[in-house]
Amino acid sequence: MYPENFRYTKEHEWVSVEGGVGTIGITHHAQGELGDIVYVDLPRAGTVVAQGKTLGSVESVKAVSDVYSPVSGEILEVNELLTNSPEKLNEDPHGAAWLVKLHLSAPDELLHLLSSADYQIYVGEKA
Amino acid sequence: MILKTRPHLTQNEPLLFESSSPGKKGYQLPPLDVPAVDPKTVLGAEHVRDEIEGFPEVSEVETIRHFTRLSTWNYAIDLGLYPLGSCTMKYNPRVNELVARTEALAWAHPYQPESLSQGAMEIMAELERCLAEITGMDAVTLQPAAGAHGEMTGIMLIRSLLEKRGDARKKILIPDSAHGTNPATAHMCGYAVQNIPSNARGLVDVELLEKAMDETVAGLMITNPNTLGVFEENIVEITKIVHAKGGLVYMDGANMNALVGIARPGDFGVDVMHLNLHKTFSTPHGGGGPGSGAVAVKKHLEPFLPYPRMKREGDQWAFNYDLPESIGKVRAFYGNFGVLVRALAYIMAHGGDGLRRATMDAVLNANYIRKMLEPYYDLPYKAPSMHECVFSDDRQAKKGVRTGDIAKRLIDYGFHPYTVSFPLIVHGALMIEPTETEGKREIDLFVEALISIAEEVDEDPQLVLGAPYLTRTSRVDEVTAARKPIVRWRPQAAVGKAAD
Repeated sequence: MYPENFRYTKEHEWVSVEGGVGTIGITHHAQGELGDIVYVDLPRAGTVVAQGKTLGSVESVKAVSDVYSPVSGEILEVNELLTNSPEKLNEDPHGAAWLVKLHLSAPDELLHLLSSADYQIYVGEKA
Repeated sequence: MILKTRPHLTQNEPLLFESSSPGKKGYQLPPLDVPAVDPKTVLGAEHVRDEIEGFPEVSEVETIRHFTRLSTWNYAIDLGLYPLGSCTMKYNPRVNELVARTEALAWAHPYQPESLSQGAMEIMAELERCLAEITGMDAVTLQPAAGAHGEMTGIMLIRSLLEKRGDARKKILIPDSAHGTNPATAHMCGYAVQNIPSNARGLVDVELLEKAMDETVAGLMITNPNTLGVFEENIVEITKIVHAKGGLVYMDGANMNALVGIARPGDFGVDVMHLNLHKTFSTPHGGGGPGSGAVAVKKHLEPFLPYPRMKREGDQWAFNYDLPESIGKVRAFYGNFGVLVRALAYIMAHGGDGLRRATMDAVLNANYIRKMLEPYYDLPYKAPSMHECVFSDDRQAKKGVRTGDIAKRLIDYGFHPYTVSFPLIVHGALMIEPTETEGKREIDLFVEALISIAEEVDEDPQLVLGAPYLTRTSRVDEVTAARKPIVRWRPQAAVGKAAD
């Protein structure tokens, strides 16, 4: 369920890194807790975000929740798919429904994030 | 068993636009007995409005029936318990209405000269005095139109004082058990928000607060009792920690119904707070507004209060605009005056002892419900409840039934739902606030309804998942409504045209 090559936060975001570019999303657990997602608010490309700071927000029928950036960097691309199809976040949170891609400014930050196994223990789901 | 409701005929009603026929009128004027003139010639064309296309044309009786029929579809506090937690949906005593509709008050005009407004000004001055006494604060503004407006006014006052000291600072601390409007307010006033987690008892973690509090923090926004209905027992220590580093304490007074006549925020270190007159002081609420978010402050924030403020000149009241440090006006005129009249009527009808008694009854009612429902619903935080209690759907979720489903079923039993899924620190929250309005009979019916639903969940969860059954409309698709909202009616022909 939780890809081995992703890194996770206790706030339920994931990041996967390839060639200095991180792809960020929210976890399967997060979408399940939020329930049906109806709106996704994301920053513009070019925005600089810091680790642990608000990246955007996700609105479900229950609540609006902030999404925190698992790493620092400059936003390169925002997932346009979510503008008209926020429900994709419920269907494929680790795949098609990524939120943003960013250029990592401090790759060392990845060392402080959770592994797939640790994240699953954290949310109480069996590995 | 469903005791409170049975099926009842209600009439279908189209939109007023759909009832329209060209040429129908709600009034008839006598024939013109003076020469007709063209308004465009007399007033200038730019001042004359064009006809509104598609404006409904209906008779008077059709209009009256339209709104009366719609009103029969409603649920209201005048029909029964309205247990929306943290909203304090209390009954609005009719004497308040009687007073507010006194001709001299109802027809007073805000541009009336001060000399002809002395009675209205006396009412506002007296209300300010009462609210200052109830909260233990030094000065009050009645301008803000609702709670979040009061919050914004309050944080602007804090910013003004800090700016005068030389540094507006950067951050506002907000406990995770606060009202959702608090972070929004801080953000609107240009502050970053730092979250303070609650401890296992649902109270502000004092150690974490102490660590977070430094010279970059403008203040703390705290709701007391918090959204779990729990009194922050360390509030004196909390306010001392904030003050020690030069910050100020804002209290969201939305839950004042648990404190009036018992504890005064001014006595436990709060610098500025708002009151929801439409909650605690019984003025109409929830679509029946307008509201009032009066703000009370300590002496050091008084110079910054919105102008004008009332002052005494001889034996007369006058408006004082000469307040150079004021943040300015936050609302046209002097607030929602009709609401202020009702609030003062409520306070005076109760008197000090009566207000204290209302608070005690509100707390008693909430604790009775808590005790009666504890065997059936999970109670995640065990700290003593004040005016509301918060359960979680933990037990029912094991059968696939969530708080939202239980709320829908409660409608079949003849009650307005409780607050669903809030506060967020409780997973699947059922937040219940009965207020002092309710007697034992209505509360027992409510308790029996929730017990009966808990039994239904055990025996036949599908029944609850399909609810409501007795309403005009079965369960609506909230997800599609949120994802693809249709917010404006259009004539069928235009809908077809738009589709082309």
